Amino acid sequence: MNVAICEYGAGNVRSVTLAFERLGARIVDDVRAADLAVLPGVGAARAAMDGLRASGHDAALRERMAAGKPVLGICLGLQLALEHTEEDGGVEGLGLLPGRAHRLREGRVPRMGWADVEGRGAFYFAHSYAADTPCATAWSEGVVAEARHGSFVGVQFHPEKSGAAGARFLEAECLSLA
Amino acid sequence: MPLPRLIPCLDVAGGRVVKGVKFQGLRDVGDPIELGAAYSDAGADELVFLDVKATVDERQTLVELVRGVAGRLAIPFTVGGGVRSVADADALLEAGADKVGVNSAALARPELVTELASRLGSQAVVVAIDAEGGKVRSHAGTTATGRDAAEWAREAEARGAGEILLTSIDADGTRAGYDLALTATVADAVDVPVIASGGAGNARHVADALGVAQAALLASILHEHPARLVTLRTELRDLGVNVRWS
Repeated sequence: MNVAICEYGAGNVRSVTLAFERLGARIVDDVRAADLAVLPGVGAARAAMDGLRASGHDAALRERMAAGKPVLGICLGLQLALEHTEEDGGVEGLGLLPGRAHRLREGRVPRMGWADVEGRGAFYFAHSYAADTPCATAWSEGVVAEARHGSFVGVQFHPEKSGAAGARFLEAECLSLA
Repeated sequence: MPLPRLIPCLDVAGGRVVKGVKFQGLRDVGDPIELGAAYSDAGADELVFLDVKATVDERQTLVELVRGVAGRLAIPFTVGGGVRSVADADALLEAGADKVGVNSAALARPELVTELASRLGSQAVVVAIDAEGGKVRSHAGTTATGRDAAEWAREAEARGAGEILLTSIDADGTRAGYDLALTATVADAVDVPVIASGGAGNARHVADALGVAQAALLASILHEHPARLVTLRTELRDLGVNVRWS
């Protein structure tokens, strides 16, 4: 299967690439044509959104959604896919799914480390903002861990950094597309 | 709250993993790529890689080592040592690091923390603090700064640090236990996670550190037997510490 990873000048593209290569996926450049497009997520919201616009990935991702083609958002990638995030004084998102990202207000922030995702075991999280969306499909300690809407799936945790549990998650997502 | 983390730390010099006592007498303890992979396989929650010499002419060697280690890991990977600019940090992230650690350069020019956080996001910026008697020392412990560790941690947090990696020089490599008083003081001063470092000798030491910090750095007690991480995890659970069951 072909996987395109959106590069927008920030983000742990290499980690995500390695994770998909371990599963036998072929990494391609064409975000529109790939079997799966991945919006990775490390960085700050405003710079990332500017990078998505400058690279044209914003339009490509919207086209994929309109055509029902799968998109996977990871961490900041999930937050940017929402309509809005509070980060950096407020940034408009891609609007691939309804909802907004809010700053975490409890515990130590960034929320950093391995935390249980209900019924699925522990995954690695590193975030200061979290999604508030009607599309949530899994939670971790009251935080939205996964959201699904149409052909979009977004996760707040980092499957590419979550060892065997993360690899199993990515493999299941890939298999569901095959 | 996420689970308390166990983080093996590879001190690297000249392309090899080294370890000293109180930052002195570095000896060779292995190959970074092999050790990194062994720790990942043994269930490490994260991995930290510190270039303890951090000479400018060795930068490319470090970046290539990071590339090699990252290729074998599916856990978070922090790299520090000699990071002086956003460009240095970008090169490490491009090679596969997830977070960068900054120490001396941030003390010399605190704006570096702000620049890194706005470019990489706070979650990727770890400010490493080496302290002796509660006071910060720079340049691998060789230079006194006169700054109070808790006060510097607070400033680093205000500037966008996402984590504080606190090493007690007094405890480093002694295997006599973490500096709990120092760690508690710094952890109370900030709202970001704190990684306790220096002094782990047994599971009780690590359990005590995880009582005041969110993660414990491990070096001396692991390097000769990376599989020790597996038994350490079991011992910690027996002591009532809810570490990840990988």
